[in-house]
Amino acid sequence: MEAEKTFDFENNIEKALRDDRLRKNLRNAMDILVEKRRSVFPDREHLERLRAAGNAIKRRALKQLPCLLEQLEANCTKNGIQVHWAEDTAEANGIVLDILRRHDAKEVVKGKSMVSEEMHLNHFLQTHGIDALETDLGEFIIQLNHETPSHIIVPAIHKNRDEVAAIFQEKIPDTPYTENVEELTAIARRVLRERFARAKVGLSGVNFAIAETGTLLLVENEGNGRMCTTVPEVHVAVMGLEKVLEKLSDVPPLLRLLTGSATGQLITTYVNMITSPRRQGEKDGPREVHLILLDNGRSHILSDPEFRQTLLCIRCGTCLNHCPVYVRIGGHAYGHVYPGPIGKILTPQMEGLRRAGVLATASSLCGACAEVCPVQIPIPALIRRLRRESYDTGDGATVADAGYRSNLAETLIWKGWELANTVPALNRLGTRLAGAVGDKMPNRGPLKAWTRVRTAPKFAAKSLHDRVGKEGVKNE
Amino acid sequence: MNSQASRERILARLRSSGTEQTTVPVAPAPEAPSLDREDKIARMTELMGAIRTEVHVVAADDWPNKLKELAREKGWKRLLYGPDSPIGPDVEAAWTAGGEDHGDGLPKLIPYTEPVERFKENLFGMDAGITSCRGGVADTGAVVLWPTPEEPRLLSLVPPVHVAVLDADTIHDSLAEMMAVENWAGGMPTNALLISGPSKTADIEFTLVFGVHGPKEMVVLIRK
Ligand code: SF4
Repeated sequence: MEAEKTFDFENNIEKALRDDRLRKNLRNAMDILVEKRRSVFPDREHLERLRAAGNAIKRRALKQLPCLLEQLEANCTKNGIQVHWAEDTAEANGIVLDILRRHDAKEVVKGKSMVSEEMHLNHFLQTHGIDALETDLGEFIIQLNHETPSHIIVPAIHKNRDEVAAIFQEKIPDTPYTENVEELTAIARRVLRERFARAKVGLSGVNFAIAETGTLLLVENEGNGRMCTTVPEVHVAVMGLEKVLEKLSDVPPLLRLLTGSATGQLITTYVNMITSPRRQGEKDGPREVHLILLDNGRSHILSDPEFRQTLLCIRCGTCLNHCPVYVRIGGHAYGHVYPGPIGKILTPQMEGLRRAGVLATASSLCGACAEVCPVQIPIPALIRRLRRESYDTGDGATVADAGYRSNLAETLIWKGWELANTVPALNRLGTRLAGAVGDKMPNRGPLKAWTRVRTAPKFAAKSLHDRVGKEGVKNE
Repeated sequence: MNSQASRERILARLRSSGTEQTTVPVAPAPEAPSLDREDKIARMTELMGAIRTEVHVVAADDWPNKLKELAREKGWKRLLYGPDSPIGPDVEAAWTAGGEDHGDGLPKLIPYTEPVERFKENLFGMDAGITSCRGGVADTGAVVLWPTPEEPRLLSLVPPVHVAVLDADTIHDSLAEMMAVENWAGGMPTNALLISGPSKTADIEFTLVFGVHGPKEMVVLIRK
């Protein structure tokens, strides 16, 4: 969308790195999240068994994905939940709009949902005169300030309390400036309670959908998710189609991994399992429940055995918290809905390498994300594969715009590199040249991109090969 | 746009994706330790207590007195309950016992018996709500509720205090064990809930604040 049209990753990074306040807010927050996760998983061996189990459960679900989705649909339908399928975000938005119009709803209260961010749903509804109100406190704050989430779990983590105080004072009528977090929270509670009580439609995401019983499971701490899915007459749930699980018994290990990895909690305040609309005799709960299954590129991702692993993700956000790049630049710099390591592998696959392939360059391949990922996604390996596909259209390439960066100069350089390392005479010439003139290489031209942010290497006058030949090897 | 056509196309793509060749390693999840009754009570108390839940272990027939004591101490004016719930009759009996009336500092009992559409204003004006529990899970510390027509969903969400009455005998080692023993897969209710404490947020600078949308306080009475 607009932000993406003008997406300039390098410039975003530079800006973020110069923003001291942002860096401090992020550092504090990520340190806390990392520490909390560590303390909730004190036993390394236990955690590793749990991660292996999480990986196996999700793999088993992906293996049977088409059948499970049909089973989910059949069971939801039997329970009275209406199921819709959307190939892309435009179709999903259209379905939401349709439901809202049928109920003559001018507003919708929303629980936190990254898929709805992926759909840019709020903006879409706004253009149709419908007000979509975020009710998760973090989402509420940034919505007031016309921002997007900077983290998939803690969306307003880039803001500190005085920034929130200023936003509330400016955007909520009759609100005095206060930096007291309890008071700020109470203000949000007051404003949002009124809206819960009057909204006709509530919208939420889904953490897991269970095919066996036709159940939608949502986790949260605030209670806004329960409000959105219980008070209004209609509940609309949106989910990426990879969120389906085979059995109810798959839930407990994944739940533990999700809450432990996301916020370092043994369990969230609420685990909310929804299996049907209000039944005969029940006093509350929505009279209609809709489930929208969104593809938006996921079925394509599934077709590659290696990239398929991207769909194991349970959106815990812990790869962001542990990423040395994310911690320094924050979520907005990535310019897309999903930031951090998961964003680096997911976004280019969804949007193509030309638009988003550059995201895969923002990694030192340190491997921290893969080490903590609760479902063992080998993120660095997938980043490397995306980088390779950016230059290579070879047989195995499956991502859109593969080879978009390949150019003659680079192809020749790599060809030369290959020769220099396979033909001994060329190799000798190369090392001698490097020793003689390497240090005088200009910090200009194509090399500048490298030397601008790094110390240029110092070349030894003589190659190791030569010295070993003359001086022999000292073995001490 | 036609959801049916999209459905067919999506399913066709998924079926031709080759995903059925995904290898699935064998990796059973570690099981929660099996605790005896006392240890389960202790663990529930410890874990829920650590996140601001007030847990009281009371004799099975004495819990209404504890409830009255708390109600007076906290000065509630209106207590929401389900008269036909498993605990409804006990609450009513306790409120009228000994010829006491509301004058002695007990809150007025408000029954939740109307559909929410006709009850919204009342609902949002309560001081506390009380529910029974289907059970508890010891390994993470949470009570389990399956709301019913007699004890609706919002009873545990909208009032600023939630009192949950839990039988010690219904505490399970873990959610996995409870799901298996009770055969949840055989039939799920409209809504099943795990609740581990009062509503909370840490969205502003990780400062923990209770009662952002749901109850600010949670009280669990474990009937022993
Ligand atoms: S990739 Fe792994 S660590 Fe990152 S959000 Fe997904 S599940 Fe969590």
